[in-house]
Amino acid sequence: MTELSRRQVILASGAVLIAAPVQARAPGEPASARSRWGLLIDTGKCSAECNVCVETCKAEMGLSGHDRPLTDAQYLRKVNVRDPATGAAHSVPVMCQHCAKPACVDVCPTGASMKRADGIVLVDRHICIGCRYCMMACPYKARSFAHEDQTGQQPYLPRGKGTVEGCTLCVHRIDEGRPPACVEACAAKARGAMLFGDLNDPKSDIAQRVAREATSRIRADLGLEPAIRYQGI
Amino acid sequence: MGGRLLVLFLLLFTLPAFAADLPHWPKAKGEACIASNEVMRRDHPDMLKHQRDDTMRLGIRGAKASLKACVECHAATDSAGKMVPVSDPGQFCQSCHAYVAVRPDCFECHATTPKSPVREASR
Repeated sequence: MTELSRRQVILASGAVLIAAPVQARAPGEPASARSRWGLLIDTGKCSAECNVCVETCKAEMGLSGHDRPLTDAQYLRKVNVRDPATGAAHSVPVMCQHCAKPACVDVCPTGASMKRADGIVLVDRHICIGCRYCMMACPYKARSFAHEDQTGQQPYLPRGKGTVEGCTLCVHRIDEGRPPACVEACAAKARGAMLFGDLNDPKSDIAQRVAREATSRIRADLGLEPAIRYQGI
Repeated sequence: MGGRLLVLFLLLFTLPAFAADLPHWPKAKGEACIASNEVMRRDHPDMLKHQRDDTMRLGIRGAKASLKACVECHAATDSAGKMVPVSDPGQFCQSCHAYVAVRPDCFECHATTPKSPVREASR
């Protein structure tokens, strides 16, 4: 109802859409399977030396490391890939791929690894026992384990010792109708390589582009059906 | 006579037990809580436990009971204008929990002060 009119207003205003407008859900309304949130990442616009999304993610989520790259929490990382045959090199932001058939959820013994109705894969730390099965199962190396007592958490992102954590696709922002922090920062401070939106909504920019253009998913052969799609790799 | 002495003796030696320090905490910022004091004192664990699953697993936002809202309203500010964690001794949560000898583990993960401004990314 208001969806269309709001969209028309935004389009009519001539505003440059850096991210598909997201509807904030009414208070008390649960996430619905009508939407499936996803990202389209154009690696052609992503340079190897740019780290804006990674830094923004750490600030947004209150991730403070101990200068131990192997074990510090990371929700989003830059992976530099190179095709040995052609020498073509790309820098790819990799985060939780929010799979439709998540391996982490399959193996979780407690039900803490979960997929929300709108396709966002999360860890319910209230019941996570820190066994790290999901970290072993995830082919994207998307999850981290909190080894130390944590301080300085953000109110919207509780995180604590002995639990597994990973990219939430900024679920706290999506529920307010805002795009994820990395997408916003990439558009504002870098080259706007990321597009966020609802893959199930035929009117959304992301769904239209995915339907029109060639996109790929990392390790598509595993059949996990990630919601994060890439172009240029 | 002996009876009076006994009463006096009992009074003198049992008075400290009645005078155990009741918890005190800083005044909340808000106008009124979401329910009466009696209800909150008894039921806040259940309220939060029910709500956390609704929010976490179903994605329902804006519930009446929310730990974030509790902290926002009940976190005190010290003389230097800095927010004091609600889990610090003598603060809202800890004062009662210490009094009744329970140790909730909410604040091992949850923020103990209202939202701190997000640090600007380095570039």
